[in-house]
Amino acid sequence: MAVGKKDISCPPYVKGREIKAEDIKEGKVTYWEHHPDIRYSFTAGQAISRFLKGLKEGKLLATKCDHCGRIMFPPRMFCELCFRPVDEWCEVKDTGVVETFSVSYIDPDAKPLEEPVIVAVISVDGASPKMGFMHILGEVDPDDVYIGMKVKAVWKSESEREGSVTDIKYWKPLEG
Amino acid sequence: MLMEIERIKGLNFHKKQDVAIVGAGITTFKRRLNETGKELSYYAVKQALEEAGLGIEDIEMVVMGSAPDAFDGLHMKGEYLLDGSGGSDRPYMRVFVGGGTGVFAPIAGYWHVASGLADVCLVVCEEKMSSCHPHPQSAFKYIWDPILDRPLQPNLIWIFALEMRRYMHVNNIKHEDIALVSVKNKANALDHPAAQLAERITVEDVLNSEPMALPVRRLDVSPPSDGASALIMVAPHIARQLTDDPVWVAGVGWALDTTWWTNRDLYFPRYVAEAARMAYKMAHITEPRKEIDVAEPYDPFDYKELHHMEGLGLARKGEAPILTREGVTARDGDLPTCPSGGLLGVGNPIAATMGVKVAELYWQLAYRAGKRQVAKEVTRGVAQAWGDLMQVGTVVVLSNKR
Amino acid sequence: MTRVAVVGAGYSGFNSNTPDLSWKELMYEAAVRAYEDAGVDPRKDVDAFVTCAEDFWEGFAIFDEFVPDQLGAVLKPTFTVDADFLYGIANAVMIIKSGLADIAVVEAHSKASDILTFGEVIKFAFDPIWLRPIGKAHPYYFAALEKSAYMTARGYSDDVFAKVVEKNKANGRLNSDAPYAGKVTADDVLRSEAVFYPIRKLEIAQRADGAIVFVLAREEIARELTDTPIWVSGVGWWSETSNYDTMSFTAAYARKSAEMAYKMAGITNPARQIDVAEVDDRFAFKEVQHIEALKLAKSNEIPELVEGGYFGRGGDLPVNVSGGSLSVGNLLEATGGQKALEVVLQLRGEAGRRQVDAEVGVAQAWRYIPTASGAVAVFSR
Ligand SMILES: [Zn+2]
Repeated sequence: MAVGKKDISCPPYVKGREIKAEDIKEGKVTYWEHHPDIRYSFTAGQAISRFLKGLKEGKLLATKCDHCGRIMFPPRMFCELCFRPVDEWCEVKDTGVVETFSVSYIDPDAKPLEEPVIVAVISVDGASPKMGFMHILGEVDPDDVYIGMKVKAVWKSESEREGSVTDIKYWKPLEG
Repeated sequence: MLMEIERIKGLNFHKKQDVAIVGAGITTFKRRLNETGKELSYYAVKQALEEAGLGIEDIEMVVMGSAPDAFDGLHMKGEYLLDGSGGSDRPYMRVFVGGGTGVFAPIAGYWHVASGLADVCLVVCEEKMSSCHPHPQSAFKYIWDPILDRPLQPNLIWIFALEMRRYMHVNNIKHEDIALVSVKNKANALDHPAAQLAERITVEDVLNSEPMALPVRRLDVSPPSDGASALIMVAPHIARQLTDDPVWVAGVGWALDTTWWTNRDLYFPRYVAEAARMAYKMAHITEPRKEIDVAEPYDPFDYKELHHMEGLGLARKGEAPILTREGVTARDGDLPTCPSGGLLGVGNPIAATMGVKVAELYWQLAYRAGKRQVAKEVTRGVAQAWGDLMQVGTVVVLSNKR
Repeated sequence: MTRVAVVGAGYSGFNSNTPDLSWKELMYEAAVRAYEDAGVDPRKDVDAFVTCAEDFWEGFAIFDEFVPDQLGAVLKPTFTVDADFLYGIANAVMIIKSGLADIAVVEAHSKASDILTFGEVIKFAFDPIWLRPIGKAHPYYFAALEKSAYMTARGYSDDVFAKVVEKNKANGRLNSDAPYAGKVTADDVLRSEAVFYPIRKLEIAQRADGAIVFVLAREEIARELTDTPIWVSGVGWWSETSNYDTMSFTAAYARKSAEMAYKMAGITNPARQIDVAEVDDRFAFKEVQHIEALKLAKSNEIPELVEGGYFGRGGDLPVNVSGGSLSVGNLLEATGGQKALEVVLQLRGEAGRRQVDAEVGVAQAWRYIPTASGAVAVFSR
């Protein structure tokens, strides 16, 4: 039996034939395309439905758990740490602090963006510490963004709002 | 006030039987491979069987590990892959914890054997990312919350950039310290026959590479790849018949943190820490830095190796970059880390990275890693992966002493 | 050898649509009920959690991400098995027998109503090169091909399948959570449109939403937690092939997984030793195929036994007393969960108006079109 010997080097060989991008362009590869039509309609549920309704009204809503005392944002129907239903709804502020950020040069398909997007996790004032959510920063130069920066939401006009996270256009630095 | 993290109770880890690894296989990792996922799985399985000296008829059960269906463009991908991976006509199942799957599938293989339900279990991991168009990252559009995140048109790299920035900020770490990981792993990969991106680069190359989502640049990132790997796990009485020196599974652990990733402080991977605590407890390890001889932490990004070393207790918080700079994590260092070349050098076919994590650890502990064999004498090692929305930690501790 | 028991069960649903609850909230509801039933706190007592889900049923690339919170599993050992609930049970059993957990939780759910293009999703499971390009028909025709081959091989007439529909739809009328139950005669079935000939409209289970959560524990703990532990005395799972064109069309997956589970449970004569069975009936012919594969009756006797009410609620071996998927609905990966739930309720004596007398029960599920994979679990009092 060949096993048990310490002098073999693993893996002893590797299989698989590489295809280069040119091979596909030049038609050297046999392949079959399929463009599926797969669609969903996600039920938002109780907590997020109310949250989205709040956005339409220009408000950021959170929920509170009396057991651990957390004011949770984004809101949820149950506290995942205490595993019990939340106790009440409350409004939090549309200002917050940048916890971390990135300057993205690529779109969701990894294609280059013409203008980079600044994305950040913003912890929202009025919620418990570190209750952040992800959104976009605007009206600021990428070089001027820093962790700890105070920001404020820039809302779409009332008529443009549709009950989506994009009802906030972006967050901009809060002067002063 | 955050609730105290719940602790794993006083489990005694009492099992039916011990579990040994007796063979592993890996295909080449490349951006695009001509083979289908089934064919890649077949190659990996065949090689593992050859090393173990077993035939497919000896395999009792099969565990498949594979990440999103969206890559391969197949709903119920596991069912499609089952014949290529030796799953036909036997108990077969697929497990999935996102990017953590490459180290999780062997954990599932472990309990197939440890429970006594199987004496010989084949674990196969496959990923065919190139099937997804326009880019493998397109599949990641669907990992986000459909209501809260997807309208912002996020790219997967965002979360890593956000985590990397937070890690750098809290621990006061510079990008050049992180880039050293990429330099080390890509150079280590020169000795791995499966490697996709093995090369000698410098810290400057990393810092000057194309910006993706800053602070993440092109050379901070592992590439998307096609590939497969396999592992054979057996009961002690089978191992004895096959080899004089099997490698034993000493500990396993896994943990999944909250979906609300924006509610966590990203600077420390507590999901890895929890998984490691479970695995170390099972392996009776109390001081991982002293008791672990070789490590294969998950390195899809250079900062992730450091982040995970800290989660694994191989370095104190913020200390991993210092160990890297001092050469401790080099192949001839005191704690060789990613001697395989890791994902950064060998490639990142998500779940199939089992071949550079658990399989590499097995080969290192069996002294079969050839040119990649670490300089020091080794008894125990740890392999780890991570996945989902920066959420999952999966940890396996192997030992060449029972 | 460590024995494992079901010590708690909870569910939410089952409904044809759930516009008011998200999938997270469905799971939460089922989980809360299961933990109450078991008397455990998931944050303190549970060691491992298993979810059974497939990404494209959910509409996510990595559904695992969205699991821990609503199960109380945050920062705990939690994972996804891409398969039916009964595979989840098998994993929980192995995890407990491996000493990795004393108490483990299994969850599966269906939010089928969120899927707008159900046929396209099923078709996406087909081999991309061999099968997807063939025809534009709804993929249910794959089941029709199988039925055709099976009934011809066995020489069954359509009456037997029509009778199965009549029985299950009637059973479901005693189940308040069976949205598709109804008074349907075998004649109604035979007269319904042959949408996928030889499959008629009423032979197909319609989709439903719901979630099921089980709490499992090892023997010593199970006895502390409850006076009525239901033992998982056997589990089995098995895959035949992924090539649709070479499948045997006799549910070999069910036969082999049953053999595995029976062996573990020490069952040598299933037709005698099993008192109640819940088998996958998402197409009516599948129930017949599965009765045969589980060796609950000989294949040549099945038509007569079906006709004579042997598998009815008052019969010798009641099958799908819950109403089956034909009444409850197709719950996707939670299908085996609904079957296991019914068996557990029957063995506990908590099945209300549809209670039958049973000590040992079996639950079985298939992984649906286009697979030849499935799992079986044997439960005993
Ligand atoms: Zn709370």
